[in-house]
Amino acid sequence: MSVKIGIIDYGMGNLKSVYKAFRFLRTEPVFIDKEEDFDCDGLILPGVGAFEDGMKNLAPFIKILNNEVKTKPLLGICLGMQMLFSDSEENGFFKGLDYIPGSVKKLPEDGLKVPHMGWNSIEFLDDDPLLLGIKNDSYFYFVHSYAPFCSPDYILGQTEYGIKFPSIVAKDFIYGTQFHPEKSGEPGLKLLKNFIGIVESTI
Amino acid sequence: MTHAKRIIPCLDVDQGRVVKGIKFVNIRDAGDPVEMAQLYDQKGADELVFLDITASSDKRKIMVDVVERTGDVVFIPFTVGGGLRNIEDIKAILRAGADKVSLNTSAVQNPDLIKESSRIFGSQCIVLAVDAKRKQNGWEVYTHGGRTPTGIDAVEWVKKAENLGCGEILLTSMDADGTKDGYDLPLTKAISEAVNIPVIASGGAGNAEHIYDALTKGKADAALAASIFHYEEHSIRKIKEYLKSNNVPVRL
Repeated sequence: MSVKIGIIDYGMGNLKSVYKAFRFLRTEPVFIDKEEDFDCDGLILPGVGAFEDGMKNLAPFIKILNNEVKTKPLLGICLGMQMLFSDSEENGFFKGLDYIPGSVKKLPEDGLKVPHMGWNSIEFLDDDPLLLGIKNDSYFYFVHSYAPFCSPDYILGQTEYGIKFPSIVAKDFIYGTQFHPEKSGEPGLKLLKNFIGIVESTI
Repeated sequence: MTHAKRIIPCLDVDQGRVVKGIKFVNIRDAGDPVEMAQLYDQKGADELVFLDITASSDKRKIMVDVVERTGDVVFIPFTVGGGLRNIEDIKAILRAGADKVSLNTSAVQNPDLIKESSRIFGSQCIVLAVDAKRKQNGWEVYTHGGRTPTGIDAVEWVKKAENLGCGEILLTSMDADGTKDGYDLPLTKAISEAVNIPVIASGGAGNAEHIYDALTKGKADAALAASIFHYEEHSIRKIKEYLKSNNVPVRL
């Protein structure tokens, strides 16, 4: 039986690669752009762009999403991960979904190129079904200028770029990756496959 | 810090077919860009660049199909360049699934294209390709596949392009290109020091040491090459092992 993965399409960036990755992994991905479409087994919150625009575009779905995440696994990717947190300082101060306590802040620029773009390794700090079969210190593909900061309780993996920041987070069945698993080659696909496994375990 | 330097194979594509594709044992069709891309992904490429050299503009749509099919099976970032003239061209390629586009002649003719496209699609997906040739004092930018001198200084041009919003520079030395004698290190260093965005060095790679030099002495963030990766002695893995043993962080 194949699980139904819903990719929330709220108008922030190209969602095609995420869709294709799930299809490659033999699931049945669908795009969600209205409330009735939330009838899925697991949810993906992707997104590229600014935090404020992201929250504004997501607004029509927030109520139903708040309800859905009580029972369904959710994976936030890049901006989608940042929006899981309480707030962001990107271009001001904006409230996030507040599923995970923490704040999104700009990466320090001292001598480093920001945006942080390219392959960087992740140090795993905790065991989780999401990381099954992935080697510690594997490389993943990042494109971002901001990162979330939160209690170690929610950090599955961290990355160093000038400072250490959380690159994989989790709270119950809510997951987030600052990098793009759909662009991170084999370990990225493995992580998505593990997420599918988590979804299967909940239905 | 473990931010990796990148190794990027480049595929020249003419009307949907790889030019100078080499027959590998485990590849059915060396002319199919999708199969080549998949093979390079398996062999450890960090990103891929497709350069569309199709001359007739009515056949350019073929590239959109190549991009679509590549995205079905390749899950590392890839860039498409060649003949992209306006926002519509860029949009079509990004929509088809490319992560970045590279602009060359069109950006020189209309620098506002850099500004507009980076505003619409984000700086991270706009790469400026620069073909530079040594002149008496510095390097000059050429367009139209290296056929047309512009009188523009390469260092000044990349600074301007960074201000306009491009997210990365793909720098080709016309003097070194095809020689296999190594990258133009003074050029690579001058450009890398002029901007605060990543620079991909291109032109002249003949062996692993050349790539090492570009990433260290040349201060490049990534090295691009075409034909050398076709040969087993310069496989991407072997080059990366050489880099790693010389303390250059790479994804292995």
